[in-house]
Amino acid sequence: MSQFLQVLLSGLATGAVYALVAIGFTLVWQAAQTVNFAQGEFVMLPAFFVLIGMNWLGLSFWISLLFGLVVSVVLLGLVFKKLIVEPILPHGGITLIIATMALGILLKESAKEFYGAEAQPFPALFPGDPINLFGAAVSLRDLLNLAISLGVVVLLTLFLNRTRTGRCMQATAQNPAVAEILGVDVKRMVLYTFLINAALATLASFLITPVYLAKFSNGETLGLIAFIAAIVGGFNQIRGALVGGLLIGVLDNLTATYVTAQYRAALPLVLLIAIILVRPQGLVGTSEGRAV
Amino acid sequence: MGHFKHHRGLLLAAVFALPALIGTAQAADTVKLGMVGELSGAGAPSGTNWRDGAKLAVTEVNAAGGILGKKVEMPEFDTQTDPQVSRALVQKAIDDGVVAIIGTVYSGSTLVNMLVAKQNSIPQFVGSEAPTIVERGNPFVYRTSSGAQKGVPALTPYFKDTLKAKKVGVAWVNNEFGRGGRNVFIAEMKKAGIDVVIDVASEQAQTDYAADVAKLKSANPDAVFVYMNQEESARFLIEAKKQTLPMPLVGEVTLTEAKVIELAGPAAEGAIAHVGVTATATEVPGIAAFARSFEETFKRKPTHDAIKGYVGVWSTKYVMDMVGKTDGEAFSKKMKGLCLKVADHPKILLDTCWDDRGEMSRPSFMVQVKGGSPVVIGSVPAN
Repeated sequence: MSQFLQVLLSGLATGAVYALVAIGFTLVWQAAQTVNFAQGEFVMLPAFFVLIGMNWLGLSFWISLLFGLVVSVVLLGLVFKKLIVEPILPHGGITLIIATMALGILLKESAKEFYGAEAQPFPALFPGDPINLFGAAVSLRDLLNLAISLGVVVLLTLFLNRTRTGRCMQATAQNPAVAEILGVDVKRMVLYTFLINAALATLASFLITPVYLAKFSNGETLGLIAFIAAIVGGFNQIRGALVGGLLIGVLDNLTATYVTAQYRAALPLVLLIAIILVRPQGLVGTSEGRAV
Repeated sequence: MGHFKHHRGLLLAAVFALPALIGTAQAADTVKLGMVGELSGAGAPSGTNWRDGAKLAVTEVNAAGGILGKKVEMPEFDTQTDPQVSRALVQKAIDDGVVAIIGTVYSGSTLVNMLVAKQNSIPQFVGSEAPTIVERGNPFVYRTSSGAQKGVPALTPYFKDTLKAKKVGVAWVNNEFGRGGRNVFIAEMKKAGIDVVIDVASEQAQTDYAADVAKLKSANPDAVFVYMNQEESARFLIEAKKQTLPMPLVGEVTLTEAKVIELAGPAAEGAIAHVGVTATATEVPGIAAFARSFEETFKRKPTHDAIKGYVGVWSTKYVMDMVGKTDGEAFSKKMKGLCLKVADHPKILLDTCWDDRGEMSRPSFMVQVKGGSPVVIGSVPAN
């Protein structure tokens, strides 16, 4: 029971971080009808901004986190939209997808060139002390990671559904032309989407890097798993990304513990194939019609 | 004008021939060692330390008159921790005229590239520890630290007599290095009458160890043998602390490495390992001097990989000077059963012998992480 609880909680904590990254895929898809294949690198990079703040600028850890958040939101949100998305999007979604792939490689290699190939230690946001939960010693850090990730998803959902700006963003995602006719500042709403995506990726980076360590290649696996999580849950739904992320996090840990550790890396791909065959719109996604 | 035209061909030939002539003259005055190492990719922590240890040795060897009285040059080749790239680079280094290969560290790469050095009769000092490396009848490959089949058995008395373990667990990385150590450990435990109650394999570059640690915790062995590369060791220790894994964690070499301690932070506290060489064995004068020089030069503490790279270059110098030429066949003949004593060859750091397969024997140490640093808690005689 203790083992099951520990594995379940670790899976949920990791899965919640996958969900944050997967929501980024969903948001960018809704805003620009494209897939950002540099999303994994968007999670890798903020940790290095924090390390630059601490080791190069001499800032304290908490100020460095703020520094990392601001730099990430500007570079991975504003600059990404202005320099990559806006000029390339008119040439088609596929062109933009390829551009994000190139961007991912550029970011990864730049981090390696600038900060080296070796992993770097990254301070934990919370103490790693164990606490007793139903007789099992579980990590406080896991609990807090899970609570923060889920809290942010709830807040984001409330923001999108309950505020005027949120509803304008949804209107923009559903039909930008009609939204514009109705007086929505479409460009601004799209910008908000990219800024939120960058902030979510940054939060995921801060939560996961103390365990994964700061390394240039961190985005490779993370980006792929989050992409699969978004598809499994439903690419056009934020709650889909949440379900997909949590599901993969939990299944990965349970499989490694009770079935096989050797094939755990294949699990998300197997899940992806199964979902595409059985329910292509994802577990909680909705079908989208396409005019030909 | 016609006179100039007549001689223009000769002039051009001279211009093109000059660099080649200068190159030949330079080549004759220098001895080239090819440093082939993991300077990027997953093996970068090992490879960069190996490279820097070797660089320090080259500087010292040149200050001491070089090899056979010639200046030593050491071009660097980055394998990117890719075995196939390492194979191509060993070939490139040999094509560039190196007389010995220094590297690689990762066993998976060495197993692939050592065939190239063998085909060209080029001596190769490696930092790899997989048992299979010296079991392939390659007379040109030599270790700079004991292989797992020698290092891991040195741990048996520690598990049996010091920890008095009756049941143990194994957590290992599923690559050539990890598999080699894990197989030797399980055979050793069987011989010692200790039960291996849990055997957990993980993947290279794995990031999430929650399931691995949970399984170990559930099996509740008296101690766990951890045999992984550096970054994986650090992530494992972080997760072990998170889940409060209560039993001693004992490794071979990497678990108490400086890089692992830096990455794992407080989670590394208490980890125990058997190490062939350690820069913290400062009671050994040669090691203390090496550690000082390394820290002054590179502004960081050396790891055991740095010592291995250092020993690799100095061993090459000592043996080539003994042989009196750079010939690979003569070098290989000399290496069989060779013992270098610190009294005569101080830069070898510890009395060292190689058997006829290139396996190395020398005294070793048990260390434990205390207060954020590995501290020697015992020594193990050469086996």
